[in-house]
Amino acid sequence: MSVIVLTLILFIGSYFAGLLGSLTGLGGGFVIIPLLTLVLHVDIHYAIGASLVSVIATSSGSAAAYVKEGITNIRLGMFLEIATTAGAMVGALIAVYIPTNFIAILFGIILITSAIMSLRKKAEQINQEKNLLAEKLKLNSSFPTANGPVNYSVKNVGGGFFMMLFAGVISGLLGIGSGALKVLAMDTIMRIPFKVSTTTSNFMIGVTAAASAVVYLQRGYIDPGLSMPVAIGVLLGALSGSKILVHTNSSGWLRWVFAVVVTFLASQMIYNGFMGKI
Amino acid sequence: MNKTFRDTDMQAVIGWILRLGVLLSMSIIFIGGIIYLYRHGQVTADYHTFKGVPDFVHNTRGILNGIITFRGRAIIQAGIILLIATPIIRVIFSAIGFILEKDYLYIGITILVLLIIMASMLSGHAG
Repeated sequence: MSVIVLTLILFIGSYFAGLLGSLTGLGGGFVIIPLLTLVLHVDIHYAIGASLVSVIATSSGSAAAYVKEGITNIRLGMFLEIATTAGAMVGALIAVYIPTNFIAILFGIILITSAIMSLRKKAEQINQEKNLLAEKLKLNSSFPTANGPVNYSVKNVGGGFFMMLFAGVISGLLGIGSGALKVLAMDTIMRIPFKVSTTTSNFMIGVTAAASAVVYLQRGYIDPGLSMPVAIGVLLGALSGSKILVHTNSSGWLRWVFAVVVTFLASQMIYNGFMGKI
Repeated sequence: MNKTFRDTDMQAVIGWILRLGVLLSMSIIFIGGIIYLYRHGQVTADYHTFKGVPDFVHNTRGILNGIITFRGRAIIQAGIILLIATPIIRVIFSAIGFILEKDYLYIGITILVLLIIMASMLSGHAG
């Protein structure tokens, strides 16, 4: 395959990955890595590098808007980034010593878990319970709504922090944003309102991915020829996705389509992992 | 708390940095991409086995040399490094924001995050 054909396929694939990713709340890495490894037979090391680059592009691009609107909890993000960056560094370091087929199997499992997570009903919850550690760390905040700002409190800071360590390791190991795990930690464990947890997760993903990207950059995983169409495609896709999202309210069926596609890709990754073909 | 610099100011600055970083790096990657495709578009792509990246995009000197001699991949790589640096620059500006707010706890937390990223950089070199 010539460079120009590969670039075109990657660009189009990445565009749809970014589009679907922003509509469903899952990152583009979920489509990029299977596309590169299963369809284009690219070595998984290069795939991880290209995926990380796409993750940083979409996270930074979309976080900019949410931060300006004041939905993102910057202090909470900053505090939890201690856990995610430390985890990402560990993940990137051990990735070198782990056989690639194990990475493929783990990727498949995380993929299916995230797809199921994205189908959950999300009810807006407001927790007002006081928590000593959350108050000390100034994590309690408010977010803007149509009826004025709503105050919320943060629960179980320790549990959330520990889960973030795990999300960081997975991100560093697999080259994904592991946004689903971050939202799980903030939503379910720390009882943070849905709007705040998703935007704060998005805000943290860029820094988490950058912490492992500096390792991968030095190891030669990040190839300019692959990263170029992936980064541009995913960012353009995510931008169109956010435009569509404003005009439509029914992304329910889209989540199902995405969950089915992702589950199919995941089972392929797991199968190839067990067969030792990756 | 200092009234002259508030959280809302920090939000505006951080939003602005993220947007500028993405816009700049994407433009550089795009320009590099055009040059790369123009010169190497017909070459057969080979990513089947992992060999790492070519030397001229692997170290700072090679990349700088490549930019001067208009090598597409070196320009792309410079853009990608800027893209990776964008969230890290964001963290540095958060630290400055917390210093202006005199929020000592969060100055410490932000510096800790920066130290972890630096440790990550150094550990990559060692391997």
